[in-house]
Amino acid sequence: MQYFPFVVVAWILVIGLYGIVTSRHLVHLIMCLIVVQSSTYVLLLGVGYVTGAVAPYFYDVPVHTPAVDPVVQALALTDVVVEAAVTALLLAFAIQAHKRFGTLDPQELVSLKG
Amino acid sequence: MNPGLRRWVFLAGAAGLVAFYLWGLTGLPGFGDYPGPYGFIINRIAVAQTRATGVVSAVNFDYRGIDTLGEEFILLAAAAGVSVVLRRLRGERERSAVDEAADRDVPSTSSAVRMLALLFAGPVVVVGWWLASHAQTSPSGGFQGGVILATAFILVYLSGEFLVFERFSPVALTEVVEAAGAAGFAAIGVSAVARGLPYLYNFLPLGSTPGAVSSSGTIVLISFFVGLEVAAAFILIVGELLEQTLLIRQRGG
Repeated sequence: MQYFPFVVVAWILVIGLYGIVTSRHLVHLIMCLIVVQSSTYVLLLGVGYVTGAVAPYFYDVPVHTPAVDPVVQALALTDVVVEAAVTALLLAFAIQAHKRFGTLDPQELVSLKG
Repeated sequence: MNPGLRRWVFLAGAAGLVAFYLWGLTGLPGFGDYPGPYGFIINRIAVAQTRATGVVSAVNFDYRGIDTLGEEFILLAAAAGVSVVLRRLRGERERSAVDEAADRDVPSTSSAVRMLALLFAGPVVVVGWWLASHAQTSPSGGFQGGVILATAFILVYLSGEFLVFERFSPVALTEVVEAAGAAGFAAIGVSAVARGLPYLYNFLPLGSTPGAVSSSGTIVLISFFVGLEVAAAFILIVGELLEQTLLIRQRGG
């Protein structure tokens, strides 16, 4: 069980990639990209975890209490917000793709180009 | 490439990826055995150095301030990108929402939704503001608070209609607020340079009580500006997407 969270990371990553590769709809594809990105949250938080430690907030616990790594938590935090904004941008692209080509199937979009 | 072949190519690649990943794991410290030292060092010194009890915020807005500045500009660029991609194109026109099918009734917003949205709008503003202004104390900060502040405006949309949402958050004003949020963050860094200190150096008085609202110098200020920027960016994005659905039509459609 020592590596279980990291195996979960691989699972989330691969299942998201599988969704992207087999996707037949751009919105579904964007959702799969979010799944892929979620694996990074699990990885970041898993890497910084210390058994038995508290969250890195010392408002009501003494300063020398063992706490988990705050750096990876800060990374995950900004990651979440940026992901939401980038997802919005991708969805905007999907809207325009649908307007222009009348389809949201990535495989049809490829064949339309040629 | 046909879908069947594509799937097999992917499965082969994924099998290789997973094999190497699992092999790599065996050389890493296990879950819960974080070896340090950076996390431990920062946990040890952050409270004394910045007077912030929320070390994640201290990392975000002080130690890693310049990275966060970059991340904030990704957000700014994404919001600007949504505006640009969803602009009114040639062959499209903008018009206010009218019934397309006169014979079908538009279901009006139920009074339960209106009531709940109105009831929540005020408390949501308070919670968002509280989070954005307590970065130095507890698990909060401008990013979380900003997103929650933005939802207050989306509740206004839910309880009323798009035109009310637009009146509450006019695009020009939201854009100015967003720009001010991003510029404020950068300006704090520049004003440190003007004093002959490194960029984004925490030059304001730190206060004496760790975790107090007035403590931790520039961390509070940066968190505030990030809150403004994030809230405005999300209001802009949602507004653009709503406008796209409700107002922009193919010409002649």
